[in-house]
Amino acid sequence: MDATAKLLRQPQQALDVGQLRADFPILKQKIHGKPLVYLDNAATTQKPQSVIDMFRCYYSEMNANIHRGVHTLSQRATQNYEEARTKVQHFINADSFKEIIFVRGTTEAINLVAQSYGRPKLKAGDEIIVTEMEHHSNIVPWQLLCGQTGATLKVIPINDSGELKLDNYKDLLNARTKIVSIAHVSNSLGTINPIKSIIDMAHAHDVPVLVDGAQGAPHLKVDVQDLDCDFYAFSGHKLFGPTGVGVLYGKEALLDAMPPYHGGGDMIKMVTFEKTLYNDLPYKFEAGTPHIAGVIALGTAIDYVSRVGLDSIVAHEHSLLSYATEAAREIPGLRLIGTASEKTSILSFVMEGIHPHDLGTILDHEGIAIRTGHHCAMPVMEHFGVPATARASIAMYNTHEDIDDLINGLKEAHKVLM
Amino acid sequence: MLDIKDLYQDIIIDHNRSPRNFGKLEHATRVAEGYNPLCGDRLTVYLNLDANIIKDIRFEGTGCAISVASASLMTDHLKSKTKAEAEEIFQNFHTLLTKDNEQPEGEMLGKLSALSGVKEYPVRVKCATLCWHTLHSALNGKETIVSTE
Repeated sequence: MDATAKLLRQPQQALDVGQLRADFPILKQKIHGKPLVYLDNAATTQKPQSVIDMFRCYYSEMNANIHRGVHTLSQRATQNYEEARTKVQHFINADSFKEIIFVRGTTEAINLVAQSYGRPKLKAGDEIIVTEMEHHSNIVPWQLLCGQTGATLKVIPINDSGELKLDNYKDLLNARTKIVSIAHVSNSLGTINPIKSIIDMAHAHDVPVLVDGAQGAPHLKVDVQDLDCDFYAFSGHKLFGPTGVGVLYGKEALLDAMPPYHGGGDMIKMVTFEKTLYNDLPYKFEAGTPHIAGVIALGTAIDYVSRVGLDSIVAHEHSLLSYATEAAREIPGLRLIGTASEKTSILSFVMEGIHPHDLGTILDHEGIAIRTGHHCAMPVMEHFGVPATARASIAMYNTHEDIDDLINGLKEAHKVLM
Repeated sequence: MLDIKDLYQDIIIDHNRSPRNFGKLEHATRVAEGYNPLCGDRLTVYLNLDANIIKDIRFEGTGCAISVASASLMTDHLKSKTKAEAEEIFQNFHTLLTKDNEQPEGEMLGKLSALSGVKEYPVRVKCATLCWHTLHSALNGKETIVSTE
């Protein structure tokens, strides 16, 4: 049974969306004189007041560099920074805080693994498996690695519903496979991949798996021990936290064996010109002064999500997705892109005779924010034979009225352009 | 308050639905390609340039309504113009779309003025100007694919 189905079976508190919306100050804005209808959450999410306040709190009460000082402010900053690490650890049920590395985002996390795990290990003829539905951030780092090592990239194809063709995956896994890197959830299609079985299959071949959790962590319960993934990456800004912060989870044994990614302060125990000793995990991978305020605010965002209840959030998003999908199917000339049986709250579509950018402009005029373009997933666009799609993506503060506004906006676009 | 019809005027909708001078030009003397990969607008401009006069001009491609309408209006406007005139019109059109205080002469632009609404949507300027940059490339015999991104 997939993660969403499991969550939906549990009794959950229905979200009080009205109350929730009051926590997000940006939602009060008017765009072109209309109330903002923010449906671009897969690109980035809005922030609750508590996260916004944490920046003011950090810079007015505890700002100091971490891990280095004996004075009070430094200790306060360090304590809050490390508390955030513990929050992340528990959020994804990692075994140890040493397995939580703070990076700039999912993209940096994947680059770290490619360079620090992949580069020393891979040689000419080795293979890396990704999928056709990946975001560019889970394609290009591996292409760079292939260029550096002579390894080749193998791609699990998708079908026309936007689901992975797992038979092809079976065929691709072989003795030359050195890593599998796969999205938990597709940012362009909304497809939830069966990553547990994908991981099991890879492990049967002694192949580690990196999961791109940028769209997974905000919309599904992630338990890295249950998944048994070797690496899991996600971004703070897609989880109601700030930009510039993300997380790489890695199994301790793997991270321990990997050389550092960036060199500098804090990731060392001792430096001489003859020899440098690297720091223990997780600090070995955190060179330089991090985005301290950002990490602490990410902790605040996790607190917020936990307080609202991820299971309630998932149920609410699922309900809106069903509502939106049904309504979209009624619009003449609208073709859904991404119709997997297991999906999160992403609705990608094209409208016949209407270019997505014209759609986006007209919707913007109605105060509605969606994303139009290739969503950093050009191979997906190529698969479906479209230059771009329109994508509406739902989060906890969206309402049925937001979906109604979207549908009316699409009908308006039809009127204006056809 | 901006009206969406200021951008999507009837003439724009018409030229998008029924683009003029659409299709390949056999025996073109100049050809240039334009492509904005981030938004997917793509077109080819064909010229029959004879003694610096645009004897014929056609275009092919796919893209948003603004990019297609702009290309259609451009090709209509430029038939029988000289190369120098075409470049001047390009400059004026660019000013129309990007500069607040300078307003080019309406006469020179004719129906192209219908695209003046794009100024209020800066992110769409590249859609409207792709065909003109591509034309410029064709007029000057450049080989590389043009982009306005």
